[in-house]
Amino acid sequence: MGIEGIGARVARKEDKRFITGAGRYVDDMVVPGMKHAAFVRSPHAHAEIESIDVAAAKKMPGVIGVLTGKEIKADGIGNLICGWMIHSKDGTPMKMGAWSPMATDRVRFVGEAVAIVVAETKGQARDAAEAVVVNYKELPAVIDAVAALEEGAPQLHPEAEGNLIYDWEIGDAAAADKAIASAAHVTKLKLVNNRLVPNAMEPRAALGHYDKAEDHYTCWTTSQNPHVARVVMSAFYNVAPENKLRVIAPDVGGGFGSKIFIYPEEIVCLWASKKTGVPVKWVADRTESFLTDAHGRDHVTEVQMAFDADNRMTGLKVDTIANLGGYMSLFSSSVPTYLYATLLSGQYAIPAIHCNVRTAYTNTAPVDAYRGAGRPEATYVMERVVETAARELGVSPAELRRKNFITEFPYQTPVIMAYDAGDYAASLDAAMKAADYAGFEARRAEAKSRGKLRGIGMSCYIEACGIAPSQAVGSLGAGVGLWESAEVRVNMAGTIEVLTGSHSHGQGHETTFAQLVNQRFGVPIEQVSIVHGDTDKVQMGMGTYGSRSGAVGMSAIVKALDKVEAKAKKIAAHLLEADEADIVIENGELKVAGTDKTLPWFQMALAAYAAHNLPAGMEPGLKEGAFYDPSNFTFPAGCYICEVEVDPDTGTTEIVQFVAADDFGNIINPMIVEGQVHGGIAQGVGQALLEGCRYDQSGQLITASYMDYTMPRAGDLPSFTVSTSNTPCPGNPLGIKGCGEAGAIGSPPAVINAVTDAIGNNDLTMPATPLTVWAALKAATRH
Amino acid sequence: MSEIEMVVNGRTVTGNVEDRTLLVHFLRENLGLTGTHVGCDTSQCGACVVHLDGKAVKSCSMLAAQASGSTVVTIEGLADGADLHPVQAAFREHHGLQCGFCTPGMIMAATDMIARHPEGLDEKTVRSELEGNICRCTGYHNIVKAILAASETMSKGAARAA
Repeated sequence: MGIEGIGARVARKEDKRFITGAGRYVDDMVVPGMKHAAFVRSPHAHAEIESIDVAAAKKMPGVIGVLTGKEIKADGIGNLICGWMIHSKDGTPMKMGAWSPMATDRVRFVGEAVAIVVAETKGQARDAAEAVVVNYKELPAVIDAVAALEEGAPQLHPEAEGNLIYDWEIGDAAAADKAIASAAHVTKLKLVNNRLVPNAMEPRAALGHYDKAEDHYTCWTTSQNPHVARVVMSAFYNVAPENKLRVIAPDVGGGFGSKIFIYPEEIVCLWASKKTGVPVKWVADRTESFLTDAHGRDHVTEVQMAFDADNRMTGLKVDTIANLGGYMSLFSSSVPTYLYATLLSGQYAIPAIHCNVRTAYTNTAPVDAYRGAGRPEATYVMERVVETAARELGVSPAELRRKNFITEFPYQTPVIMAYDAGDYAASLDAAMKAADYAGFEARRAEAKSRGKLRGIGMSCYIEACGIAPSQAVGSLGAGVGLWESAEVRVNMAGTIEVLTGSHSHGQGHETTFAQLVNQRFGVPIEQVSIVHGDTDKVQMGMGTYGSRSGAVGMSAIVKALDKVEAKAKKIAAHLLEADEADIVIENGELKVAGTDKTLPWFQMALAAYAAHNLPAGMEPGLKEGAFYDPSNFTFPAGCYICEVEVDPDTGTTEIVQFVAADDFGNIINPMIVEGQVHGGIAQGVGQALLEGCRYDQSGQLITASYMDYTMPRAGDLPSFTVSTSNTPCPGNPLGIKGCGEAGAIGSPPAVINAVTDAIGNNDLTMPATPLTVWAALKAATRH
Repeated sequence: MSEIEMVVNGRTVTGNVEDRTLLVHFLRENLGLTGTHVGCDTSQCGACVVHLDGKAVKSCSMLAAQASGSTVVTIEGLADGADLHPVQAAFREHHGLQCGFCTPGMIMAATDMIARHPEGLDEKTVRSELEGNICRCTGYHNIVKAILAASETMSKGAARAA
């Protein structure tokens, strides 16, 4: 391990700008002549638009233009799409309702855009938006996915009869039914996975600029994948031809999935810039973010797990209804299907699995991927049911898990995934040791003496990251390939620029990617620049989500570095009059092995461009590109143990200990990896104890600000005890599995298992607020 | 419209602003000091914290006109030239930031917190006093570590100076 190479805890390069206020987010961008936009949004969850009168708004001070859905339609701008095709079990394709960037005849959730106002200042734009008069005819709304599928429910889209988007299944129903029928014990649970709002601290924003002179469009946007935004906006929405559209995602203040998708606002701002002749900037306020960012989770699930007389799992049957909101967002269809049900084997050898998923339209904001995307929902099902089973069977939750762990790899589950490597018992042992699991009963007794109820809960999660071979995802319905691209440019003086299709919005790529280059060539990380997030600089990319930047993005860089290294060695061998096979690269020098003949890296680079003395026939320069398509998903896994104390008088839960033991494969920068785990745990604990997105029955979002939606604060959380083991991933050249989602996946069941253990009532829904816990405690006492 | 004057990061600035202009918007839009961020509009998140006459305030919660006549320090004015403020250095060393959006507000709040506790800080106090600042990335673990470390460094520095 070098001091800046793989495995080193290097302080982040990008921090210098963030800690001095020099970060550049979309709202910080200023283009000459730029004006400000405000959207007119529906106050109703479900209504017909009878008329829109913009006359008064157009006369308001500072107003440059007021544009509606009819005009965007007239200009041929396309509807928003969902890019992953799912077929129902009867073979019919999913039912996609039309989603115009601005509603023309009907609105389907509170906050849906109806018109845009462009004005000199943001204040004037908002004032004028208030003056747009929209006449609505209210329609009955449905909020809950189960209710939406019932007969007589309000109908959202003519394309989707009964609000059913698809009725999909995976696995072997007959085998799972047989296992349950012949089981020695069956554990049954009904679970709700609560709807969450991602809440990246930087609100979404878009700045559209049409340059008439060049006939060229630029869009600055808060995106996790600007290249996908460009291709979708050009190929599907007809906003601009691909070659005339530049998409830039500069510093982005957190994503967590919510900034993967293409939203109406960026399309409308680009189009509005051409219509009004001025650059148009829109920045969401926090309530707009709550109303219109894609939400996460929102499942209702019934699960049955069958055991034989020896407590071995013999079958699993899962029935899930998922809420996809008023429209299908870009990846929404994949989340409750291929990102969820394919993980329902967990860490366990289960011979028969069947899962049925129905998805429904409701009058709520679109639901799509949020940190973990399907994997947290699957883990919640698995780890709640196995912990419940242990309690019913009267055995140790740890030992019941251990007994059923998969121990031989590769392992083909009955639900598509082929796990490549892992050591689940090692994570379990590490977590139990760190948590002093054996000493828990003594701590419980001590807490009791203080009048507190102490509980312990465990969760052993697995996830599928680094998504995944293009051919495989294509066969499952994905609309794009999921490779990554990289280009390595060695400059004339030896400094290096790495262009990547990954996008960093807090993950520290500028540091970790530079560490990889340092490891290979010994060039200091300060002399390595990582370029990303701009479609004019980087030709193509698939962006960052699902922990794909390391496993896929860095693998592409490795391939490009291999090519650079090969050429650099040829140049060095020629200059040093040695055999190419004898050249080694160490500490920033190219050396002839076993001799004292060396060539500094920068001299080799200079030689490549000076081109006075290159091997015969060699092309000058040193710049190589590569695309990397993974051979499989990666499978991070781990064990989380949470210990809580509940105050029986108030129902308040305090997390007194939280231990995470993860297997992420090889790690580039442990400091950054630990930070990812901390953040993930906070979001998982937030889901378990604090966060709940609530609509009232009429479809009004009643948690639409930080005064109403409980974001975890520093005082709500403990310090975490984290550790990692490193079973290398055999599927990529760096052995990386990925770490971004783990915390959010592993922690909700661990927390709920701990609280239910403390209060002696297993019937507890997330978020386990003090009131919910207090009520469950009272119910348990009554029994 | 109001005519205002204040000292921002050591420089006297003037402006003519709409009465409804918030301090944060004056800093960002009139002065181009975009290090101070807007995260919530309800004074809950703390991304906009600056120092006003030496105290941490949420610059989204006061009018620019109210701040007229005051001395304001923003994240851009915290470091002494090229030398990072100890709190900035501690955030970097202890990885107390990820996306960086809440970071300016966190650092300004932390600096004020440390100044108000010259006797030193413990974890419980730091967590409790961070109530007005939300971070979605770090789980606060490393932010708390960074503030404790900076408090330690600064109290040592103060002891040496004394």
